[in-house]
Amino acid sequence: MRRAHSSRAARRGVGLGLAALAATSATGCGIALGEDTLALDYWLWDANQLLPYQHCVDAFEEENPDIEVRISQYGFDDYWMKLTAGFVAGTAPDVFTDHLSRYPEYVQRELLLDLDALEATAAVDAEEFHDGLADLWVGEDGGWYGMPKDFDTVAIFYNEQMLADAGLTPADLEDLDWNPDDGGSFEEIVARLTVDSDGNRGDEEDFDPDDVAVYGLASQGSGGTSGQTMWSWTAGSTGWRFTDADVWGQEYNFDDPRLHDSLEWLFGFVDKGYLASYEEVGGDANAQQQLGSEQAAMSTDGSWMLNSYTRLDGVDVGIARLPAGPAGHPVSMYNGLADSISADTDHPEEAARFVAFLGSETCQNIVGDAAVVLPARPESTERAIEAFGERGIDVAPFTDLVEAGHTMFYPVTDQFGSIDALMTPAMDEIYIGGRDAETLADLNERVNAMLE
Amino acid sequence: MSAVENPAPAPTSSGAHRLRPKRAVGRRDDTRLALLFILPALVGLLLFYFWPLVRGIWLSFTSWDILTPARFVGLANYQEMISDPVFWNAVRVTLLYVVINIGIQTVVALVLAVLMQRLSRSIVLRSLVLTPFLVSNVVAALVFLWILDFQLGIGNHFLEWLGVGRVGFFTTEAWVIPTIALVNVWRHMGYTALLLFAGLQAIPGNLYEAARVDGASEIRQFFTITLPLLRPILGLVLIISVIGSFQVFDTVAVTTGGGPVDASRVLQLYIYDNAFGQFNFGYAAALSVAMLVILMVVTVLQYRVTRAGQTDLN
Repeated sequence: MRRAHSSRAARRGVGLGLAALAATSATGCGIALGEDTLALDYWLWDANQLLPYQHCVDAFEEENPDIEVRISQYGFDDYWMKLTAGFVAGTAPDVFTDHLSRYPEYVQRELLLDLDALEATAAVDAEEFHDGLADLWVGEDGGWYGMPKDFDTVAIFYNEQMLADAGLTPADLEDLDWNPDDGGSFEEIVARLTVDSDGNRGDEEDFDPDDVAVYGLASQGSGGTSGQTMWSWTAGSTGWRFTDADVWGQEYNFDDPRLHDSLEWLFGFVDKGYLASYEEVGGDANAQQQLGSEQAAMSTDGSWMLNSYTRLDGVDVGIARLPAGPAGHPVSMYNGLADSISADTDHPEEAARFVAFLGSETCQNIVGDAAVVLPARPESTERAIEAFGERGIDVAPFTDLVEAGHTMFYPVTDQFGSIDALMTPAMDEIYIGGRDAETLADLNERVNAMLE
Repeated sequence: MSAVENPAPAPTSSGAHRLRPKRAVGRRDDTRLALLFILPALVGLLLFYFWPLVRGIWLSFTSWDILTPARFVGLANYQEMISDPVFWNAVRVTLLYVVINIGIQTVVALVLAVLMQRLSRSIVLRSLVLTPFLVSNVVAALVFLWILDFQLGIGNHFLEWLGVGRVGFFTTEAWVIPTIALVNVWRHMGYTALLLFAGLQAIPGNLYEAARVDGASEIRQFFTITLPLLRPILGLVLIISVIGSFQVFDTVAVTTGGGPVDASRVLQLYIYDNAFGQFNFGYAAALSVAMLVILMVVTVLQYRVTRAGQTDLN
């Protein structure tokens, strides 16, 4: 019906603008614009990536004059709502940036096309991306549902001036370690960087934990179910993993004492005065703002935040590696985004050509050169490292862990939405101090029951 | 209609034949015309009220994620609801909100209405009282979120200056519902006061004159004349306010999102979370039906207790 509508418009010789208008009002994807041109809709959520991807689109259109690509960018929360509404109304974009926490449910409902079943994408060699990135997007049915576009890891951003004021140097942040018993050298650094209103530091006797001016560590609240940038690195470096398999696990491990000990240790910083309380920062805590307003000295955050931190006005920000845990080395969550093709598309093969291009060296290099995120292809990642380096930013703390294999994947399972609704309030409660981390064992049974 | 209001003269033998058919045709025409006028409203009523209600009740017996067809599950959603601690917490939190919000709002609005009537005839003053109602709920909520922010809010800086210390208005379990309730008292009190003010106009002024002659104080007049005679309007205002209060959503959604933990997860927000967060539209529909039942019970009780439909003026 959509195709008939737009074809009629084209046959009647209605101008391109009218056809596009009809297309946007009647349909969301795959519009024939004229005899030889059709339009594809492409959605993404990160405003920082809009420009490099527009350059990718320009390069794609140059190579494919029969296809026009229209990019739309929506904020992360609106993005998923609009996407679902699009699927319901049959107006979802042809191609869209997808997230590991969302795609399993789309696959289950047959809303995505298998890239292996389309000529252009099937020709892409998954081995060309960083190890494991393409595997994250292979569904339980063996279909391939996302073309890797970038990856992200976690490291420490810190205020260089505050570090110097504490009598520390960047070298002191190298080879940090932590453990749930005495906190290790990481806790010592956090304590040193914490300052109360009278200027006493967290490692000094007169320090008042109830009257803190600068927290050693910025708060992101509890971090919720995945704790991606807040707590996942603590439990991960004890050897703990979210589920019983890298992807498509059938059981979560929220009942593991290693997780409980890690959470109790990290959230225990609140009582020690090293980390802001929930009362102070609420449920929507913004770590970058805390560093920017000099209310916190350090923050563990993701590589996609590189530009946001390094462009903070009046604050010189350095980057350090995560501390090693009881496992003997640091562990970062390793998350990868990808582009998926909607089953709603009227032009699957053309969409596949575009998606293959998004994963190509040409597009990935464009994104790498823009120094916004770390692209999924190793050679493009090198270009990003170089581009960041030209701006004086050393991103090795983010990339080293990938090379060393010290990463763990974002949990890829069914029912993540329902699991998140159950787990996030519980994590918040632990952060507030109203619940023992051990009680997660009870919730783990309910979570695993959802996966049965 | 005309037959009742304007009795026709006694028909003559010849006129009887002419009049009767004419009057019968006239009634039919009136009915058709009336139906024609009613039709748009009737279509709207059926399409936008009756159909969604029936469909909502039907959906409450299904499992539906909007992306795949709804599946009939019988009473499963209701069984789940009964054993769902978050639902019961949402009921408790919503009731707490309604009691605080309506309790304070009604008293403040009543005082404002009486003051407007007894002390001032100024249109400017009456308009000023109404201005918070002209601000959108979301804007009002965001303004208060910043005013009362723990770190940056001017409200907390003021409290600190007073020596009281900062308060986590939106971030502590004890304060979050009273705070949200008070934000909405601020926003709605002018509107409620205006409704009550309109009710006060219907009370005959000679009653107050007589009371004054008898030496009754302003407070005595309020409790013996104003309050009893305002009861029907007060009852209706309460019914409308309580229904609106039960439906609190936007203020919570933009300030706390239901937190800390579930301390402000009111029923409407829980319905929204299930529908648009987890795409459990069937369960969300069951929660909505539960809310409908709660509101019906509360409204009937209020109507009976306040005798909102009866006036004492006669």
